Amino acid sequence: MNAWSLLAAAPVEPALPSIDDFGKDPIGIVILKSAVIFIVLMLGVLFGVWYERKLISRMQNRYGPNRAGKFGLLQSVADGLKMGLKEDLMPRTVDKVIYFIAPVVLGVPAFLAFSVIPMGPKVNMFGVETPLQLTDLPVAVLLVLAMASIGVYGIVLAGWGSRSPYAMLGGLRASAQVVSYEIAMGLSFVGVFLFAGTLSTSGIVAAQASGNTLTLGGLDIPMPSWYMVLLLPSFLIYIVTMLGETNRVPFDLPEGEGELVGGFQTEYSNSLKFAVIMLAEYVNVFVVSAVSITLFMGGWRAPAPITTFWPEANTGYWPLLWFFLKMVLLFSFFIWARASLPRVRYDQLMSLGWKILIPVNLGWILLVATVRAMQIEGVNRTMVMILGALVVVGCFAIWLRFDTVLQRRKEDRAAQVEAEFEQLQAEPAAGGFPVPPLDLPHYRGVAAAAETRANKTAEVPSGSN
Amino acid sequence: MTEAVPSYLSPTGQEIVFLLLGAMAVGSALLVVTTRQLVHAALWLVVCFGALAGCYLVLTAEFVAWVQVLIYVGAVIVLLLFGIMLTRAPIGRTADLDSGNRAVAAVVAVATAAVLVTVVVDGFRNAYAPLDPGAGSAGELGSAIFRNWVLPFEALSVLLLAALIGAIVISRTDIRGRD
Repeated sequence: MNAWSLLAAAPVEPALPSIDDFGKDPIGIVILKSAVIFIVLMLGVLFGVWYERKLISRMQNRYGPNRAGKFGLLQSVADGLKMGLKEDLMPRTVDKVIYFIAPVVLGVPAFLAFSVIPMGPKVNMFGVETPLQLTDLPVAVLLVLAMASIGVYGIVLAGWGSRSPYAMLGGLRASAQVVSYEIAMGLSFVGVFLFAGTLSTSGIVAAQASGNTLTLGGLDIPMPSWYMVLLLPSFLIYIVTMLGETNRVPFDLPEGEGELVGGFQTEYSNSLKFAVIMLAEYVNVFVVSAVSITLFMGGWRAPAPITTFWPEANTGYWPLLWFFLKMVLLFSFFIWARASLPRVRYDQLMSLGWKILIPVNLGWILLVATVRAMQIEGVNRTMVMILGALVVVGCFAIWLRFDTVLQRRKEDRAAQVEAEFEQLQAEPAAGGFPVPPLDLPHYRGVAAAAETRANKTAEVPSGSN
Repeated sequence: MTEAVPSYLSPTGQEIVFLLLGAMAVGSALLVVTTRQLVHAALWLVVCFGALAGCYLVLTAEFVAWVQVLIYVGAVIVLLLFGIMLTRAPIGRTADLDSGNRAVAAVVAVATAAVLVTVVVDGFRNAYAPLDPGAGSAGELGSAIFRNWVLPFEALSVLLLAALIGAIVISRTDIRGRD
């Protein structure tokens, strides 16, 4: 047994939930599951905020909240109570309806997306055999994406309805960012769909139960079962888009404090509405973490070595523990990123999203699709290879053409600027209007420095207040 | 389409929901063109598209429904809102939203609706399609598009690609037209 097959090893279990197991629960079980998901998410946000503050404090060599309750555990509870008791401000010029519903539009889809996240196999719940998942659809992953795109409205409307330039700019920034990172996010799922052959979340988890073997020229190569390893580029791109989608550091431009105060939530001063916005942001973080667990990290299954020593690890209610541990791990990653990365600039954010993540993703999808096409039984492999080669050569030719044209254009422009500069150097009045010689002392700072020395208060350099 | 047509007098729950969603779509579409608040018009359009997605869902076309939410609600109208908010986004009523061509527009709209309704009623007069779950799944839709309807699909792709390139060319200032 080599390392690969160990990673792929999973005991055979009888009752993997499939799409047919859903929609059969009695109403009581449905209500119970929804209530549990809701309450656990609320508690998760409360202690998630505490955990984030505590962990980032330790990373920054300080203690963090330690006054309310043991280890400051009740800090978020106290903050929540405070927000609930504060006066609910409604600025005079806002669009009242939209200002009011924006936090709701932000919050509800975040909770809804959790309904399709699988958290365990079939268990016996009060005598009913039911999967540990509220519901599933043949297109469940699309539901998660759709919910994320509805959540964008909360941001746009909060920004616009607040009637404040900061909020407006923050809202526009946030929604532009979320919409563009959603494209890369959707594309990074395509590889998973191609390998799993389904869009249902329980189906994707079941597909990661055991690794397949790839037959390549008479050679059997055991493949890892988690898509995180098998589709590493997709996973890495998803991790980046996950940070962008939830407006977390290093992509937290919507609330760049230096520029935009609080971004789209500027006018939601500490009332219950602000609490709902914060709640929605944290639930969104949990949703993207849960999606990455489901799609890339084997879902609720125990990590590889555990099942080898303890075959029961994937049965009963135990998977809830593995799911929770993976959630904690991913949430810690969010905090780690927040503690270590500086905020990117807006143009850097957009060019990363559109010019790197999306093209790389598309190329990777082409590769994955080709590999999948080769694996189909009885397919004309030479045909696939010829088509693939044609596409690669075509892409290369287009790239070469654009690259040479761009290069030539760049050189032309540099030469033009150079010529103009020389001409102006020689005759300042060239071009129809007098241009001062470009090497006058005050351009080079000699006169300016003398002037500054003469009266020091004349000019306050930026950043010195 | 060979099933016996059940009586219209005892509608099933599905049919009632479908009718309600249809009424919602038409009503919010009317509000889009009659409201005097610009941003609210875009938001009513969201409701309209959402109701349409609900109709697809009732007709068991799950994939189309969620793609409708994802693309139309989640991207197209957000871009529309961007456009409105970046140029002019007044709160409250705007006086100059009415076009002078109201009557003509109403006539064109009613005529288009009449043509569409006549075509549909004429084409599917007594047709009754039973709904079986799963007929609108991604797999079914994919094999339909890439087996039977691959040519229209490719033609549309080329059209969209042309539009994309056109948008890039128009928005770039360093590409000049031929003098």
